[in-house]
Amino acid sequence: MTTTEIQDQLFAIVKIYLPQDVDASAINKDSHLMNDLNINSAHLVDIALDVEDAFDITLDEKDMEAMQTVDDAIQIVKTKTTG
Amino acid sequence: MSNRKLERVVITGLGVVAPNAVNVEEFHNALQTGTSGLRHVKELERLNFGCQVAGTPQLSQELINSHLTPLQQRGFNASGMLYGIIAGKEAYADAGLTLAAQDDALMDFGIIMGTGQSGGAKYREAIHLIDEGKVRRLGSTSVIQTMSSGISAWLAGELGAGNLVTSNSSACSTGTEALIMGYERIRQGKAKQMLVGATSDSGPYIWGGFDAMRILPTGYNDDPTAASRPFSSDAAGFVPGSGAGALVLESLSSAIDRRATIYAEVSGGALNAGGHRGDGSMTAPNGAAVQRVIRMALNDANVAANQIDVINGHMTATGKDAYEVNNWVKALERSGSTFPWMNSFKSSIGHCLAAAGAIELIGCVLQLQRGTIYQNNNINSLHKDIAAVVDPGRIPTTTIDLDIQYLMKASFGFGDVNACVVLKKYES
Repeated sequence: MTTTEIQDQLFAIVKIYLPQDVDASAINKDSHLMNDLNINSAHLVDIALDVEDAFDITLDEKDMEAMQTVDDAIQIVKTKTTG
Repeated sequence: MSNRKLERVVITGLGVVAPNAVNVEEFHNALQTGTSGLRHVKELERLNFGCQVAGTPQLSQELINSHLTPLQQRGFNASGMLYGIIAGKEAYADAGLTLAAQDDALMDFGIIMGTGQSGGAKYREAIHLIDEGKVRRLGSTSVIQTMSSGISAWLAGELGAGNLVTSNSSACSTGTEALIMGYERIRQGKAKQMLVGATSDSGPYIWGGFDAMRILPTGYNDDPTAASRPFSSDAAGFVPGSGAGALVLESLSSAIDRRATIYAEVSGGALNAGGHRGDGSMTAPNGAAVQRVIRMALNDANVAANQIDVINGHMTATGKDAYEVNNWVKALERSGSTFPWMNSFKSSIGHCLAAAGAIELIGCVLQLQRGTIYQNNNINSLHKDIAAVVDPGRIPTTTIDLDIQYLMKASFGFGDVNACVVLKKYES
């Protein structure tokens, strides 16, 4: 899977959890999920579950802590899917 | 307690999601014409329920979309909360109140939306995942949908409530109890507006226990609209229902300041319990306590028994109906043709359990405001123990127009708990 493919899928997942007042166009590679996109912290666990389902991987506690920005998520998925 | 003058409390907003209507105007029309919301439920048949008739609100996806965002609908599986969210938001909008600003909760606005339990179906999902060792798959939505205060917490966030936010629970008296609790809070000057009411799930997980107790009618699976028969000699048990009712209570001074539409005034109310003493038990009411709560409500309202025009009973269509009527007769010391008009909405909506009082209170307020008494349905012949004490004409089987000054509503619940309220027509 190319980085672009992973990124597109992640954008689609993150988009679901945006608050009403944040537009999908605000999502970019460097976006911090909570600080930039205002995603409710409770939803980070839901994003993690969606990522697991989309890429057929399992995220452990350490992965979830490391997943702060969209790019963090891309790197984690890359490692897990090529590993 | 402070010496401050007690506030008068009025009703300025209504919202309802019922088996036979999903908004207030539809509800008025349905009650006026006796339109039933009771249906045969295939799922209950598949699951071998004795009673396969129930009342479930018929919500369109469009209506759901207008109250919940796509994100809020993700993983959402708590029917009672859904009903409560819609009814609560509609009542708030109906009252003409505005949402709290981004950084400022409404300090004088609180919420008491009660429930018996929340999100049974969601809890079932969680139980399966937990038992499979997949607890982390629960995600973030399990707790908020299954906590008893979930409905009030949700609405508090949507509206911005900054006063008391809680959920009461007293079985089938929950909705009426919530109204009385909100009324007392405003009366004491602790809040200016309270969103009160109750909600109850639909589906086999909430209804199953009652089916197992063999207190639901089993002979009407092919004739669902005839299944619920309050007052009738052939009443065979209550038909389970579901839904939500929500009312905005407000201090009279606040309502006048806002030039709000005032539906009715809450004159007084009372809560008590029978303590499972006398003829009371976990599942049956102590008649002395029922009579006491009625007298307490009159006393709280400072209204005489002979001023009451209409009673909206608990009247679930069980063997206890005649007992309830007899308790009203004794408490009010009125019988025969001097007995107030009396009705029950359960013939068309079933017994909506924790939400029953709240949904029925919406009908009561509409009766007062519009000067009408909605018809009783499915009375073949009045139960003999009712006919023995009350003129049959006082229990109308067609909707009648009548100027009503005072209406009493009572709800009774498992646990031998009672709630009774006196509502008054509001005249400025």
